[in-house]
Amino acid sequence: MAITRTAPFSALQRWHVDLPLFYAILALAGISLLVVFSASGANFLIAAKHLVRLVMAFGILIMVAQIRPENLQRLAPVLFAVALILLVAVLGVGIVSKGARRWLGLGPATFQPSEIMKLALPMMLAWYFARVPLPPNLRQLAIAALITLVPVALIAKQPDLGTAVLVFGSGFAIVFLSGMGWRVFASLVALAAIAIPYVWTHLHGYQQKRILTLLDPGSDPLGAGYHTLQGMIAIGSGGFFGKGWLNSSQAHLDYLPEAKTDFVFAVFAEEFGLLGILVLLGIYLFILYRGLFIAYLAQDTFTRLLAGGLTLVFFFYAFVNIGMVSGILPVVGVPLPLVSYGGTALVTLMAAFGMLMGIHTHRKIAA
Amino acid sequence: MRAGQLRDHLRESRLFGSRLVVVAAVVVLLFGVLLVRLAYLQIINYRHYATLSQDNRIRPVPISPVRGFILDRNDVVLAQNFPVLTLEIVPDQVEDMGTLLSEIGKIITLNERDLKLFAKQLRERPRFESLTLRTHLTDEEAARFAVVRYRWNGAELRARLERHYPQGSLAVHAIGYVGRISEDDLETIDRNAYRGTQYIGKLGVEQNYEEALLGQVGFEKVETDAHGRAIRVLERIAPIAGQHLHLSLDARLQAVAEQALGKFKGSVAAIDPKTGNILAFASTPTYDPNPFVNGIDPASYAALRDSPDKPLLNRLINGQYAPGSTIKSFLGLAALDAGESPTKQVTCPGWYSLPGSAHRFRCWKREGHGVVNLHDAVVQSCDVYFYRLAVTLGIERLNGYLAGHGFGAPTGVDLKGESRGLLPNPELRRKRNQEWMPGETVISGIGQGATLVTPLQLATAMAGIANRGQHPQPHLGMTLENPETHVRTPVAEPIMASSGPYTPEQYEMMVHNLTDVVHGQGGTARGIGWNAPYKIAGKTGTAQVKGVKQGERYVESRVAEEHRDHALFVAFAPVDDPKIAIAVIVENGGHGGSTAAPIARKVMDQLLLGTTASSAGIPVKVQEDGSAD
Repeated sequence: MAITRTAPFSALQRWHVDLPLFYAILALAGISLLVVFSASGANFLIAAKHLVRLVMAFGILIMVAQIRPENLQRLAPVLFAVALILLVAVLGVGIVSKGARRWLGLGPATFQPSEIMKLALPMMLAWYFARVPLPPNLRQLAIAALITLVPVALIAKQPDLGTAVLVFGSGFAIVFLSGMGWRVFASLVALAAIAIPYVWTHLHGYQQKRILTLLDPGSDPLGAGYHTLQGMIAIGSGGFFGKGWLNSSQAHLDYLPEAKTDFVFAVFAEEFGLLGILVLLGIYLFILYRGLFIAYLAQDTFTRLLAGGLTLVFFFYAFVNIGMVSGILPVVGVPLPLVSYGGTALVTLMAAFGMLMGIHTHRKIAA
Repeated sequence: MRAGQLRDHLRESRLFGSRLVVVAAVVVLLFGVLLVRLAYLQIINYRHYATLSQDNRIRPVPISPVRGFILDRNDVVLAQNFPVLTLEIVPDQVEDMGTLLSEIGKIITLNERDLKLFAKQLRERPRFESLTLRTHLTDEEAARFAVVRYRWNGAELRARLERHYPQGSLAVHAIGYVGRISEDDLETIDRNAYRGTQYIGKLGVEQNYEEALLGQVGFEKVETDAHGRAIRVLERIAPIAGQHLHLSLDARLQAVAEQALGKFKGSVAAIDPKTGNILAFASTPTYDPNPFVNGIDPASYAALRDSPDKPLLNRLINGQYAPGSTIKSFLGLAALDAGESPTKQVTCPGWYSLPGSAHRFRCWKREGHGVVNLHDAVVQSCDVYFYRLAVTLGIERLNGYLAGHGFGAPTGVDLKGESRGLLPNPELRRKRNQEWMPGETVISGIGQGATLVTPLQLATAMAGIANRGQHPQPHLGMTLENPETHVRTPVAEPIMASSGPYTPEQYEMMVHNLTDVVHGQGGTARGIGWNAPYKIAGKTGTAQVKGVKQGERYVESRVAEEHRDHALFVAFAPVDDPKIAIAVIVENGGHGGSTAAPIARKVMDQLLLGTTASSAGIPVKVQEDGSAD
């Protein structure tokens, strides 16, 4: 392959930034600022806070992009072990809030070890599959399942179903990409179908309620169904062209709960309509395309699985959030990636994109 | 990689490529599903939802639940709610904020602080929320406002319940206080549970029992006009009031303890040894929690925070002190378990030195105690006896015994942020390349080494001796009362833990020794024993100042006082049927026998003999009606 470098690298490229991905993320950040400002009731303080977080998150992205993939690979088991220990610790000494034990105190700050796991699990699985010939045999698949299910069980126990689903999804994505046989895949699907009644009885009351109200949101318009119903009203009333920026009556008259966090998509859809949604989904699709493209070009098992897995985690975020806000998935606490207000998921996602860029830009190009 | 399992790179990369295609197809498919759904909502059902949005005039308005009271064991109210009239404004409904404020200012006094706080909320809160402009309106002000109220949109008079602590500073370190929900709180609380609620427990049992005290938010389905103003209530789901929390504290005893400490900095921890019920929980100086409820002004807060007396410090669980000679109560038991004969005689010439060293560790009695056995060594607090014991045991074993009594670990009291104290670990020190001096083991025998304890740990450990074997987990919360049915449920069953491997005979022997500290010939606490109508077992202590370390500064003018010794006294009574275990620490108070012991005596008198001269005239406001309504 002959690579001609016509122009000197731009400053960003020298810092291992993948420009197409970078601009797409930048566009999302811009959308995010607009819609968070609106959803917060035109609150400059919140918008300023959000801007600061975005800038910091970009800093993290660029920092992570500097790490060579070999070092990510070396780091993977360590990070996974640390995340696992923290998850166990959180069950013991974690801070209880909202009826769940998810946070660990760190001086004055608190953080959720499950966030680390969102990155550590894909890294660990990619690390493991890089050590065995692919496609994996049954024994290796069993080990991969163990690596996935232990942290998922710990997170589900907190309980934090949304994160557990995301982490499970990331593990499953990598196992699938590793070349798991179709027959195994089919039997897993069958197994899952059989397990549904069992899982149902082990869900918490509020979780069952959320799933039931999904089927009939009108049944509980002040409780669990209220979120969904108000979200659907917001989206539907946006129509094709939307009501225009700052005109979301649903958010501004306080009908819509969590308007700037988990339900920010509803505000966006109300103000910018289906047209805006097409643009937003277009940007998401472009990012996904770019991520899968990076995975395709990656040169070894570890980087290609990791790149593919991280890209799919991003997809799960977007799909689960939009699905929940538009009323086709139960309400779980998953933010709209790179758009919702809030720090933790933003940092995790930006670190993931940093890894993607690092994987892409550290390739040994001349081959 | 095993042989025969060689990696086929070409195959792998082809396989991966095909999987990527599948994944991409799934991604596109699922996004398609989303698009179909969204188009269904926004195109096909657009009219339906547009109408719903237009007519979205019915909205749930949260009704905050009434926060549970906090009462003492005799139903004296320690925390309650007080109705206050507030003037609130919804910015979204106001046409011209400047005019509105100046108009309102003409009929109701708005000082600079009101306006500043309002401006802050205006910046930080969503514009559709009801923001407080003034609290504590007088009836006259309310009436004046009501007359002209029709002129303005968005300004509303509201009756809110405000937290109030009728006893003022009494037991503030146990009760804590509530404060307005901050941005930081919002990050970790369930916002739905707090909709309509303004306060959250920030400290003390207010914080620890937040969930039970809070209650459950209710809703009103309200029909509103185009401006979002309520027209009528369609449906109501009543809030569920929070439960009343009954503490094991005795307010009167608490008042006696705080008054006995007087102007001293220090603490009194008194617990019922059988149950772990905390009877008195005094840390001085105290402060008034009431200003914290609506946000204390920065100057007053700075004064509290920067005071060298540290009123905000909860000395009982966060003050870490060298235990001094009080440690001998426990090391005496250790001596017996380690096989020391109670009749074994040790000569105290007034000092002790390690073999091969010229350094002399002094006994507090310079001329020495002469020949002493364990009984004499405890009663007269002979240091040499315990120097020798510490060296015989070694620091690890010594720490092992102390850990059995609960030192070096949180007591598990129902308050957040309890300190552990410290049992120094030579092993750990060596790992950090610091030295463990043999002399440190020596002085550990009299509680002067690196060992640190909290007052609550001392009282708990003493309860273990009072019980002859088991120490309780101390707790403030006793029962939770349902405000509707008045049914009370215990917060928790008493939890007991073994204090060590000692036999009943060894306990009796030690209890006898400790009784002679107070009642016997030459006992260091005889000053409170000679005229006591009941038997007390106790131990005095005098600790060289280690200081309370949190953020301490070196202030030269205060050094003299700060270097004065801490006075300690631990005890339980009556000896044969203990009803109280107590630990008193008086910072810079001098000697345990003369300063700390009399304070303990006053508290024990109050509990065991009832109202005495010492408690007369102590103002504890008793409410006639302790219910929530």
